[in-house]
Amino acid sequence: MAEDVIKTDAVIVGAGPVGLFAVFELGLVDIKAHVVDILDRPGGQCAELYPEKPIYDIPGLTVVTGQELTDRLMDQIKPFGAEFHFSQRVESLERLDGGFRLTTDTGTVLECKVVVIAAGGGSFTPKRPPLPGIEQYEGTSVFYSVRKMENFKGRDVLIVGGGDSALDWTLNLAPVAKSLTLLHRRGEFRAAPASVQKMFDLVEKGDISFKLGQVTELHGEGGKLRSVTVKGADGATFEQPTEVMLPFFGLTMKLGPVADWGINLHENLIPVDTAKFETSEKGIFAIGDINTYPGKLKLILSGFHEAALMAQQAYHYVYPDKKLVFQYTTSSTSLQKKLGVK
Amino acid sequence: MARITFIQNDGTERVVEAEPGMTVMEAAVKNNIPGIAAECGGACACATCHVYVDDAWREATGSPAQMEEDMLDFAFDVRSSSRLSCQIKVTDALDGLVVRIPEKQF
Repeated sequence: MAEDVIKTDAVIVGAGPVGLFAVFELGLVDIKAHVVDILDRPGGQCAELYPEKPIYDIPGLTVVTGQELTDRLMDQIKPFGAEFHFSQRVESLERLDGGFRLTTDTGTVLECKVVVIAAGGGSFTPKRPPLPGIEQYEGTSVFYSVRKMENFKGRDVLIVGGGDSALDWTLNLAPVAKSLTLLHRRGEFRAAPASVQKMFDLVEKGDISFKLGQVTELHGEGGKLRSVTVKGADGATFEQPTEVMLPFFGLTMKLGPVADWGINLHENLIPVDTAKFETSEKGIFAIGDINTYPGKLKLILSGFHEAALMAQQAYHYVYPDKKLVFQYTTSSTSLQKKLGVK
Repeated sequence: MARITFIQNDGTERVVEAEPGMTVMEAAVKNNIPGIAAECGGACACATCHVYVDDAWREATGSPAQMEEDMLDFAFDVRSSSRLSCQIKVTDALDGLVVRIPEKQF
């Protein structure tokens, strides 16, 4: 196992704009970073929630969209060669002598000297429909993603939603399931038209069913779903035999495992000092929307400032015997070398 | 100035004053109305500011645009009166608007 452990200076949790800029600020002081994010691409909320939405308060950029800002930051941090671990969430944090060991839900193990939590509003997790008792079925009969197709083999599957995830899994699971029903609240779909067409082709062939409506109740026992009550488009309800349900209602942000890392929290935010942006735990920093301090404003630009100050303190943990001399990118030859412009 | 009434699922009512030009979601958030999460801050990207518009106000508030209708797929217990409050612009004509907040946003 030991050879699978990735050793690095810093691990940044979250690849939103602030996490990305932290790569830059750490890089300037020779701190190598790995970045972990639950999404499959950089940008965090900028990429997931408002890629097309203009942002007007980034200094020097009159207007920039969430995606453009992400692209520009990725370009800006390129010289520092940070490694990214996408589609994974840091599950656990252990303290080591002089550092930390982080393990992700996909089994990546990272050892580092400092941890920078730049997790924004938390990690994006699938929305759980507020159906009474749904918790008891999760992981046995209710799934928010498909890890193993096996789980659906020979079962009565109900997929709920009209987006790409719902349609893609309808198409993928159709040959595997005993029966498959797609349930959606309306006849229009936000999913790719080609997938919608393929779905209707399968309905035509009698391979799957498509029904209009919304789930209102779950029925079953001992974690095993038997059926669900559906309110149809006409307002009348009907029972839908269901062994496995896959609801696809998009993502929401949840603090997640960070809450279990032994860091002091205040109303789901991480209190930090405003000189170093360090948490209650030495060597663990929190920057961007996830932290709190007197006067905190949840602005991207505040997170950038926090990243710069964090890097100064992080240096002392990574290079305890060295003295950090503050330098400007405009005039320092050594900084310009790191940036690849000299 | 428009007065907007927010009715919670338990029947509690709150009336707030909103400036024309702001959205109903902004009026709710500014006045700490519970049940309007507005995670995305008004980008029509999260469906956590879902409300039911009172029947008397359906016409005045209009119907959802395509993007909003798509995003409503990510809301729970969607009805014909469902709107995302970040997509309803306050005007003087909406003085007296009544909206209901779902039991849960998600």
